[in-house]
Amino acid sequence: MRKGYVWNAALWVLLVHPALWAAGAGEALFRTHCAPCHGPKGEGGRGADLAVRRLPRAPDDAALSAIITTGIPGTQMPATRMTAEENAALVAYVRSLGRTQAVRAPGDAANGKRLFQTKGNCAGCHTVGGAGGRLGPELTDIGTRRGPAYLRTALLEPEAEVPENFASYRKLIYTPDNFLWVRAVTADGKQVSGARVDEDTFSIQIRDASDRLYSFRKDELRELHKDWGKSPMPSYRSVFSESELQDLVAYLASLQGPS
Amino acid sequence: MKPILMLCACAGSLAAQVPYARIAASASEPGSWLTYSGSYAGHRYSPLKQIDRTNVARLKPAWMYQTNDLNQFEATPIVADGVMYVSEPPSNAAALDLRTGRPLWIFRRALPSDVRACCGQVNRGLAILGDTVYLGTLDAHLLALDAKTGHVRWDVTVADYKTGYSITVAPLALQDKVIVGVAGGEYGVRGLLDAYDAKTGARLWRFWTVPGPGEPGHETWRGDSWKNGSATTWVTGSYDPASNLIYWGTGNPGPDYDGDVRQGDDLYADSVVALDASSGKLKWHFQFTPHDTHDWDSTHTPVLFDATVRGVARKLLMVANRNGFFYVLDRQTGEFVAGKPYAKVTWAKGLDNRGRPILVPGMDPKPEGTPVYPGVHGGTNWFSPSYSPETGLFYVGMREEGTTYYRATTDYQTGTYYTAGGIHGLAGVEPSGAIKALDPVTGDAKWEFPLHSPPWAGLLSTAGGLVFGGTNEGNLFALDAATGKPLWTFQAGGPALGNAVSYEFEGKQYVVLTAGRALMAFGVD
Repeated sequence: MRKGYVWNAALWVLLVHPALWAAGAGEALFRTHCAPCHGPKGEGGRGADLAVRRLPRAPDDAALSAIITTGIPGTQMPATRMTAEENAALVAYVRSLGRTQAVRAPGDAANGKRLFQTKGNCAGCHTVGGAGGRLGPELTDIGTRRGPAYLRTALLEPEAEVPENFASYRKLIYTPDNFLWVRAVTADGKQVSGARVDEDTFSIQIRDASDRLYSFRKDELRELHKDWGKSPMPSYRSVFSESELQDLVAYLASLQGPS
Repeated sequence: MKPILMLCACAGSLAAQVPYARIAASASEPGSWLTYSGSYAGHRYSPLKQIDRTNVARLKPAWMYQTNDLNQFEATPIVADGVMYVSEPPSNAAALDLRTGRPLWIFRRALPSDVRACCGQVNRGLAILGDTVYLGTLDAHLLALDAKTGHVRWDVTVADYKTGYSITVAPLALQDKVIVGVAGGEYGVRGLLDAYDAKTGARLWRFWTVPGPGEPGHETWRGDSWKNGSATTWVTGSYDPASNLIYWGTGNPGPDYDGDVRQGDDLYADSVVALDASSGKLKWHFQFTPHDTHDWDSTHTPVLFDATVRGVARKLLMVANRNGFFYVLDRQTGEFVAGKPYAKVTWAKGLDNRGRPILVPGMDPKPEGTPVYPGVHGGTNWFSPSYSPETGLFYVGMREEGTTYYRATTDYQTGTYYTAGGIHGLAGVEPSGAIKALDPVTGDAKWEFPLHSPPWAGLLSTAGGLVFGGTNEGNLFALDAATGKPLWTFQAGGPALGNAVSYEFEGKQYVVLTAGRALMAFGVD
């Protein structure tokens, strides 16, 4: 009996709620076809991060559907074969991955903007809308890439989740995007520390806190230290009050890309 | 006109008569590159020594050729009688004039839009025999092209691409036949290796890498799982004319990450098989990773060499395997001789006295994820290692990159992705790599040259005492073969994803390296 009840309920869901069926089917298709490269939650890996609001190669659902069908020539994204219903279910599921925090962050974004530029001195290291420093990540569209909870943690514990990259999954010339903090000592004893801009087997490029760019051949260096898991960003726990923190998070969440 | 030009015109008129005897005697013809690995023994070693430790710092590009396609360029060129023959993605081929790098012909294969290739629309090279070059295509055909014009002489269907088969491997031509394998290990195909008559394209034999009912090894598969057992053959093998045996590596069992549906050892996945070249009959096999759940294809070019082991002269075969272990086998019998890790390994404690891994429990993929070293791309991958008889060292591009493996349940559907799970890079670890020089008898590392990221490019060693290779970041390099010290580097502006070769033209040695879409011939003035 109990079994029958479950079955009836399942049937009801399938017949009465095709949208629910599509969501479940989309997730299952995603696990099979997409997760091997894009990660189980679409967070990226060998393939691109799909848990974003705007997919750079798929501005609308038709474009996403076409990419799923034909792949992307010149990349490792292959063609897939599925029914139109399956394709549509998968498109809907992929779109759902990017819906981060539809709820507006509480707080006064205007005051947050003021704190960003004054008390926090955030613009010393971060660029918004073309103005600001270059030591840390560009934040012009940070509200589309990260939710308020993540942003709050980043302000209180900057080293809780230092950005990673997985170069080898991208068979492309790339520049690292994880702002790794490095310390170098040249053969003549000069010390340079800063964020790694780029690196290969024979050279490294570093930007220091005063925005000066260095390029070294590795055979010119006596020492090269990489501070994995470290961030030059200080914790703002003792800088901002709770309400100021809320305002700053509201401001960051409001940053939705170039206007 | 100067006499040297007339000489060249002369050589051109003799273009491409490459009978089997020339390929079998490749060591006596060091100026050419007549087969995928330079010799049937899989050494990827050039006896040329004009470019050496003293002058390699002056190496400069003589010419470049750029492919007509944005897909990864992974091909090994063939060089014979003043012409270079190279395949380019997705399933095309070109003949280049060695004097200038200008194409003499380009062959473009019209592909159906629904071909399947798990990991990029690539091709790894051509074979040459007589006056014909041979090309495998992504729609799983084998083509014979007139070496002088690129015109199709024959076109045979190896397998049905709609079921997931493709061909990316460089064929191997020997005697009067062409050996070709297939890809498709992520689509649940049944692996095979074929031999075709070089003149007519008639199929001479087929070896199924997954045994059917009644055949030995069939019992290592559960139920009907053998039908989708994969064990594909997408990297060129080696050949020993003395024993008439072909040695070929096989890929992962399918589905990749869910082993339950195929309980057992899953023969002959992740193995090297020794086949009689005349009949295609199995002489012996050695399985590196029984019941693999980590996608560790053993699709490596086996390297054949002779050495004295514990006082006994032996005919041997070595493989640095994707599973992280280096193996030495007796190539007459398949007997395990020696083995040890050359890369970071967390899934096995070691190898037993038959070469079977001693497993660490709990390393199979789980729904919540299992971190393992080596990762899905292995301690090395398809790209070639190199063996120098001069230094007696084996050179391999080593990858240090873990993977978190996820298991899922997937029903097989013809022609669709069939891996039953997923993969992700390890959090918080930037992958790295190295070029390693190993003693081929003991597996001990003699030197190591660190790389910024795990490599995807093969190696070439030369009698000039050099090892050539490239990085993902576009650095082409030459290392001292005895010490690993870098002696030359060039930033080529695109990832190096192919295998290097060397040849001589008009009395000068050239080294050919690829990066991005470019193939570059480097020489010393």
